[in-house]
Amino acid sequence: MLNLTYVDWTIMLLYFVFVLGIGFALKRHMKTSKDFFQAGRALPAWICGLAFISANLGAQEVIGMGASGAKYGLETAHFYGIGAIPAMIFVGVFMMPFYYGSKARSVPEFLRMRFDEKTRALNACSFAVMTVFSSGISMYAMARLMQAIHVFDGLFHALGWAPEGIFTFSIALSAVIVLAYIFLGGLTSAIYNEVLQFFLIIAGFLPLVLLGLRNIGGYEGLKASLPAAYMHMWKGAAHANTNPMGIEIVGLGMGLGFVLSFGYWCTDFLVIQTAMASKNMESARKVPLIAAVPKMFFPFLVILPGLIAIGLPTPRTTTQIRTVNGAIVHEIQVVPPQVAEGRGLVPAKINPVTGKAMLTASGQPLLDYDLATPNMLLHFFPTGILGLGLTALLASFMSGMAGNVTAFNTVFTYDLYQSYIHKGGSDRHYMAVGRWATVGGILLSIATAYAAINFNNIMDTLQLVFSFVNAPLFATFLLGMFWKRATGHAAFSGLIAGTTAAILHHGLTLPLDAHPGIHGGWIAVLHRYPSDMAQNFWTAIFAFSANFILTIVVSYCTAPKPESELVGLVHSLTPKPSRAHIVWWQRPEALAVAVLLVAVVLNIVFY
Amino acid sequence: MNLDLRIPMGAMFTLVGVILTVFGLATNGNLRLYAPSLGINANLWWGLVLMAFGLTMLALGRRGQKRLEKLPPEPVENGNVRRGH
Repeated sequence: MLNLTYVDWTIMLLYFVFVLGIGFALKRHMKTSKDFFQAGRALPAWICGLAFISANLGAQEVIGMGASGAKYGLETAHFYGIGAIPAMIFVGVFMMPFYYGSKARSVPEFLRMRFDEKTRALNACSFAVMTVFSSGISMYAMARLMQAIHVFDGLFHALGWAPEGIFTFSIALSAVIVLAYIFLGGLTSAIYNEVLQFFLIIAGFLPLVLLGLRNIGGYEGLKASLPAAYMHMWKGAAHANTNPMGIEIVGLGMGLGFVLSFGYWCTDFLVIQTAMASKNMESARKVPLIAAVPKMFFPFLVILPGLIAIGLPTPRTTTQIRTVNGAIVHEIQVVPPQVAEGRGLVPAKINPVTGKAMLTASGQPLLDYDLATPNMLLHFFPTGILGLGLTALLASFMSGMAGNVTAFNTVFTYDLYQSYIHKGGSDRHYMAVGRWATVGGILLSIATAYAAINFNNIMDTLQLVFSFVNAPLFATFLLGMFWKRATGHAAFSGLIAGTTAAILHHGLTLPLDAHPGIHGGWIAVLHRYPSDMAQNFWTAIFAFSANFILTIVVSYCTAPKPESELVGLVHSLTPKPSRAHIVWWQRPEALAVAVLLVAVVLNIVFY
Repeated sequence: MNLDLRIPMGAMFTLVGVILTVFGLATNGNLRLYAPSLGINANLWWGLVLMAFGLTMLALGRRGQKRLEKLPPEPVENGNVRRGH
């Protein structure tokens, strides 16, 4: 039973007070819709940079990377090394001039300027739906976690409330807080709080990693307690059978390194919005690069806890026999079955009916990897710092939600409401719409979270649908920004084709140990992949290629936009801004090269 | 934007640091409490670290705020002058 004391609650409460306080303090600065949706385009680069990674530092990152670290080992760091970092450098150096320079207020709006209305409508609708569902999933995951690690049980017991209400309480708490600070201070408030959450997550997880490493005997001790393949990023990556993720190097490099991560970091308005809020072009280009610096070191913060959790000895039921004053005393420390059947601190999943551990196809206990990082917190932190750790966990969920909600209210107001529902309203009107879109977005997220309770597979299904929609996106932006011949009809048909290719590929292939259904193969099984990760990566590659090829083909069959309309939107038609006034080492390119070099060094050290 | 984020952030981390440090001092030597953290008084040490971080942020924020007050309002890219409060 988790025992939280007044110190823990004070820290948590203090955090909520500051989060809301920032919202209230910013309220009087919200005068125009530009202040509300784009933070007035006046924020310093370092703030936007930290918000850039923090918007992504939601549940998937903190819990998911820990889980993936426990499951696949250090290979998870590829999500950073060849995933996020090169993509962040690319978006900063090459793509930001067009996003920021076009004065588009959102990513879908950029698509309208570069291509046409229907491409924007397609992207805006799918994006708006996805952000609401993602924030709902985040909410659901948070409430489930609060239940699983019994954070509020003590509070509920003390207040005499029924413990069934914990799920609703967790959801209501996060919804009310996120709603309040975005309603008051818009994107600025979201960005400021994301920076606050960024530091809070470091403050909560760094001592965890330090204590964990100390317990297991440092980095060498961690190596000794895990299978050799767990501690390498690249060794064994050449072939699917020799690395824990079961992916060969082509799928990894193309799928993760190129399509998936570039698709996310370079086109997702959730992260791009923070860069577009900075005060000038040089800052906007530096935002993703500044973000890449701490991002490189995040594997130590989020993946290591998972590795340590799986490396620690599994608790067993022990009986100590002592003699006290001549009497023999049996001291039995009983460990519940889910812990004893687990590995290290990662518990096994228990079938609620039989009370026995659930088994995989190969007879191993099915592990609940998502609890790796939370269990580390509970294992190492005494009351006091435990409050800080749990607050950091809550903060990570809220920053993920907040980014989604601000992205939703901007896209809804500018790209859907202003474009198709009510044109030509006053600025004040659109700001009010944005505020109410925030309320609507959060209500829809709550509905999603509750739907997730009743339909077991809804989370997997939604994530699958997102991957179908997102996978081809990067091809559209790449061709749009670097090939002036690409046309609107081509972009639209390319996007549809890419998503169709992703659906077909998923329907025709299956990971090795899965049954046809949600995991694929629901049309026919033509090919089996060694793991679901490999299947994901190849789905993305097929979607990207289908979009890329069809966009080129259709472009040649349709009339291009006149070049005069593409100035500032396409690379070859945009004049290079003069940078003579900036010393060479202050230019974004210099920062980009430095970041890239450090990333390469890290990859070599942990090969 | 005329609210320097480093000031509220510094204040929050300083307060959290003070709470942890004071609690750590009060519970120093409590072996049962610090058994999970391998006998280390995690509250005291991490409280001191957070306090140092918070105070640094506060100092930087105060300095930035002062410099901002001396400067004329910075023009933004589209030419609108943002006036301070």
